[in-house]
Amino acid sequence: MQEADTLFLEDSFKKYYFNHFDLITVPERTSEREFGYQKFNSGMTRHISLKDDKELHLLLMQNIPSDVYCSNAYYTFPNLPMNEKDWKEADLIFDIDAKDLNLPCRESHTVSICNDCNDVSKNLTQCSKCNSTKIEKKSLPCKNCIDASKIEVEKLSEVLINDLAITKENIQVYFSGNEGFHVYVYNSQFQEIGSRERSELTDYISLRGAIPETFGMKKFKQNRASFPDFNENGWRGRFSKHVFGSKSKRSKIITELLANGYSSFQKTLDDVSENIGVKIDPNVTMDIHRIFRLPGSINSKSGLTKIHCDNLTNFDPYVEASFLSDDTVEVIANSPIEFKLKNKKFGPYLNEKVTVPTFAAVYMICKKLARIA
Amino acid sequence: MLALGQDEIAKYPFLADAGQYLKDQGFSLEQFGTDPDLKSLISKAYERILTAADGKIYKSDLDGDHVSKEAALPREVFSFLLAIVLLKLSGMHTLIKRFSLAEARRAEKYLEKDLANISDESKNQLAIRVIDDLFSVQVEKSDDYFIIPVSDYLKHSINFHEREWKLINRHVENGQVFLSPHETVRLIRKELGTYINSKIINAKTPTMIPGFEDSVNKLVLLSKKFVTYTVSTGEYPPCIKHAIDILEKGENLPHSGRFMLATFLLSKGQTVQQVAPLFKNAPDYNPRVTLYQLNHLAGTSGSGTQYSCPSCEKLKTQSLCFATSECDNIINPLQFGRKKK
Ligand code: SF4
Ligand SMILES: [Zn+2]
Ligand SMILES: [Zn+2]
Repeated sequence: MQEADTLFLEDSFKKYYFNHFDLITVPERTSEREFGYQKFNSGMTRHISLKDDKELHLLLMQNIPSDVYCSNAYYTFPNLPMNEKDWKEADLIFDIDAKDLNLPCRESHTVSICNDCNDVSKNLTQCSKCNSTKIEKKSLPCKNCIDASKIEVEKLSEVLINDLAITKENIQVYFSGNEGFHVYVYNSQFQEIGSRERSELTDYISLRGAIPETFGMKKFKQNRASFPDFNENGWRGRFSKHVFGSKSKRSKIITELLANGYSSFQKTLDDVSENIGVKIDPNVTMDIHRIFRLPGSINSKSGLTKIHCDNLTNFDPYVEASFLSDDTVEVIANSPIEFKLKNKKFGPYLNEKVTVPTFAAVYMICKKLARIA
Repeated sequence: MLALGQDEIAKYPFLADAGQYLKDQGFSLEQFGTDPDLKSLISKAYERILTAADGKIYKSDLDGDHVSKEAALPREVFSFLLAIVLLKLSGMHTLIKRFSLAEARRAEKYLEKDLANISDESKNQLAIRVIDDLFSVQVEKSDDYFIIPVSDYLKHSINFHEREWKLINRHVENGQVFLSPHETVRLIRKELGTYINSKIINAKTPTMIPGFEDSVNKLVLLSKKFVTYTVSTGEYPPCIKHAIDILEKGENLPHSGRFMLATFLLSKGQTVQQVAPLFKNAPDYNPRVTLYQLNHLAGTSGSGTQYSCPSCEKLKTQSLCFATSECDNIINPLQFGRKKK
């Protein structure tokens, strides 16, 4: 990134932080959390402890970070090195990302940026200009990406509430600032469980590692009655709704499943898991020492804010998470893909000088699709 | 600590305060070494250890009718307490480990029975309290099931390799896991063994008591039979780790499992001499037969062909596969860890 771009981003981020202290506040039990941040073109600073909003705002104004993080874990000494922190517990967190959903639309809005000559082209593995294979992919997620991610969030909430007895008020959903959602679970029975337990929990939520017996299929002494009923709770219920479709078809489909046999059932199960399992990133949930993007801060991959979703169904990140100014700026844009921000369409731009509002310029520069003219 | 009745102490003797129990019964350790009527209890204790060392569960008098209960109960507790004294005097950790495991198995049976006891509420309340006090698992009864919080379940279930213990293969509802009495007790098996083991390890070692020497000397000899064979299992696949686990516990590994383990280790370049000790803990260990079989598998005798490790597919059908995501679609355990994502 050229210096003018960095300065421009820093300036825009600083204005945001200054004007939106209301959006960016410390989480509860502040003094037990670890904070960290990154500056443009530099590494991560971690192991910071903060007292209150004032200290956080001071940190933002002094350092103008590109990204700000906060632990979901609670420590006795958050500012000490990891093995001296004294881990107490951690909120349960989930990351749902459009890039993990294998969506068919993805290819249409992914571009390849050549790290050698900066050429931008549509989704190649090799640069068409200089043949370099050092290709970086950037995606401008579309509405379909966001909608598909929302469905996963809803599936996740359903499992959390119905199977794991989490109350609705203790589930908080945030737009990640880029391609998906972050879900936090507070005050649950899972606060104190460790990494391996959390990994098991993610297998449950994503319906991974199931054996045929769990869904009624046995190797020997097969029995129609052991297959799940249509109205059962939990995964057996979801399985039957998905596989049987309707109550009236249950019997006929069980006959088919039995005829196909045990090993074929395992394949059916893998299929079902792919279809109805919740697609969460297991690594995020099982990491109990992670510092996770702070709500209200800007995601430097997009210039959009990680923001709380009060109404997930109607939530439109390209309107509600874009807070940067409308002041215009001149950039050289090279974005072969059209995008929409604050209800305005931009692009496609073919290496041309254009004048656009700051929020759109930041978006493109963060995606490496433009530079300050 | 729980207030226990006589028959409860007999079932769960590790819950008792040993010194206090002896005092309450009006005995001192020295008496057992000298009093001809009590001396037989030392042999009983010795047998109890011997049974455990063989990987079997001590058959208690409680199960038969031939001894009156009145007399049987304290004898049952004494033989346990004396066994600990003998173990401490011998100082043999391998025996302590085996004894703890066998005693855990024994207690497990009673816990399961007590949990399932619907006619005597106090029995199943006791079992529930033992599980809660010792392992902080909160068990609640719900019809024919026992329900425990998912978080408690996970803390224990992550130690199992078998897929049936994965949360996804459990009946989960309302933040709780539904278990049968057998499964509830099975869930804490390992911790029960660890608990008994640590109780013995932490007990004070008395000075030698006259009348105990013979049994102690025999134990020292006996323990030579069991060499702990520690392998670094870090880079081994789950099926192999599981098989080693079973052998280390002195449990029975089916022939197919021994075949898998031996061929795997031999293919990894271990020698017959290196592999053989691993089978020493098997309940039916016979050194001559083991060496003969290993040499056969290694191709150093007989046909001269080296047997190869069975495929994952084959092991799956033999219920020896405990695949985790790390197995990553390999087709033979020997490939484990070689493929990189
Ligand atoms: S998949 Fe293969 S290597 Fe992995 S546990 Fe099963 S048999 Fe062993
Ligand atoms: Zn190039
Ligand atoms: Zn899309």
